[in-house]
Amino acid sequence: MFQWLDEGALQIKLLIGSYVYLFNEPLYVSAWIYSVKVAFFSTLFCLALGYPMSYAIARAPPTQRNIFLMLIILPFWTSFLLRVYAWIGLLKTDGVINNVLQFFGVIDEPLAMMNTSFAVYIGIVYSYLPFMILPLYSNLEKHDNTLLEAANDLGAGPVKSFLRITLPLSTPGIVAGSLLVFIPAVGEYVIPSLLGRTDQLMVAKLLSDEFFLNRDWPKASAVAIAMLLLLVVPIMLFQHFQNKELQANKK
Amino acid sequence: MKTEGLFSKTMLGLGFVFLYVPILSMVFFSFNNSRLVTVWDAANSPTLKWYGKLFGDGAILSAAWLSIQVAAMTATGAVVLGTLAGLVLSRFGPFKGRALLQGLTTAPLVMPEVITGLSMLLLFVSAEQLLQYLFGWQFNRGVATITIAHITFTMAYVTVVVQSRLASFDDSLEEAALDLGARPAKVFFRITVPLILPAILSGWLLAFTLSWDDLVVTQFVSGPGSNTLPMVIFSRVRLGVSPVVNALATIMVLIVAFGVVLSAFLMRRQEQRRKREEQMAAAG
Repeated sequence: MFQWLDEGALQIKLLIGSYVYLFNEPLYVSAWIYSVKVAFFSTLFCLALGYPMSYAIARAPPTQRNIFLMLIILPFWTSFLLRVYAWIGLLKTDGVINNVLQFFGVIDEPLAMMNTSFAVYIGIVYSYLPFMILPLYSNLEKHDNTLLEAANDLGAGPVKSFLRITLPLSTPGIVAGSLLVFIPAVGEYVIPSLLGRTDQLMVAKLLSDEFFLNRDWPKASAVAIAMLLLLVVPIMLFQHFQNKELQANKK
Repeated sequence: MKTEGLFSKTMLGLGFVFLYVPILSMVFFSFNNSRLVTVWDAANSPTLKWYGKLFGDGAILSAAWLSIQVAAMTATGAVVLGTLAGLVLSRFGPFKGRALLQGLTTAPLVMPEVITGLSMLLLFVSAEQLLQYLFGWQFNRGVATITIAHITFTMAYVTVVVQSRLASFDDSLEEAALDLGARPAKVFFRITVPLILPAILSGWLLAFTLSWDDLVVTQFVSGPGSNTLPMVIFSRVRLGVSPVVNALATIMVLIVAFGVVLSAFLMRRQEQRRKREEQMAAAG
């Protein structure tokens, strides 16, 4: 940003101006709230689906475990962009889901699923699910089964021993997985651009519009810095857990 | 216990359906004759006509070639830098600034891509102006800037992979070689590198895939005329489905599936050989 600093006082005023603008413009405020909301609920859905999946994999016989893990990782190696694209074919008005539902007479009129928040949730959960499952699995796999047996011997039911033993022990996995989903989801660009609403922007789209369409670089930078400030706490948390994990591996 | 296991197994099954139905439907409809993609034209399908169109599509082919070049250079650069960073972080003890270096290397793992892209572009623009001012140099954004930007965010992944491999690595082998009079450089290339080679290879593949797949960062730092494959795909599918993209996706899925199965097979064979050798060593 050197080239802007040369102009001195005027420039600083302008820079602060773009920050003030961020908080006063309703379009911006609603994009922020919407992004955080979408990221938060997507993380919850990922957890709700990913936790039982990781649990089942960790409990499967060792020979099956590797196959299951491979099946989880395989989509990750195929293009992210194309996997999001695949959902257009499923969700659009004459898409696969609507065709199947109409064929079986479940619905008469096609459901409008494309360009909705629902499609964004589907896209994010679909794309980030492996990032939730892998840390959760590597945590659940290490659990000591004797603890559960002891609880069982002492008369705890499966629900109770899950809530009192497995769940608390898996907290680091839950936190790591949730952060790995939440942080990139706040700044997600491709999924909302392809599947999302056209009347409600997410922050990343806003940033790139400011940049590419309006050519307003200071404002785009201000959006980026604001996003960074919002994400600093989760990123630090993630690094903290990442370091602890590495240290634990060393021992 | 029974019902709990049943619940998680059901979820696992549903999860796999969720993960694979989109991919399989994309593959399935690539053989559809209809331009509408998802409306099955039973009379004329299956057909390979979209594959023919794909291989006659100059824009896609040249973009794919550019992407391969960028991804290969990125992966190689990222492996060199990422391995060095991994070595420093796991071997040099608690030196000054270690926490900062660790933070800087892992941050790109979670950083939203728009931020990386925008900051890389601002850096390139400043560098452009500085070079112009100092030497009267002019450079255009294109393959070089894309590759530098890709190296920046992919090396983090290589570092993490190499570092976790080094964490479970026996230092005494290197110490023994040093005791026997091998020079540090020789120890590094004869002992350390071969032992962490699997991590380096998977880091290379990971960096290649991430670079090959990246859209957002590339959009910021690419110049006129340098369109990578994701940029071409994105501009096509923005306006809806396209049967040529389905054909392209099918080919990419096949390559990945083949690669994953092959690597699983090779790993298994290596594992078996190691076990056999251990048994023979124990017997002898």
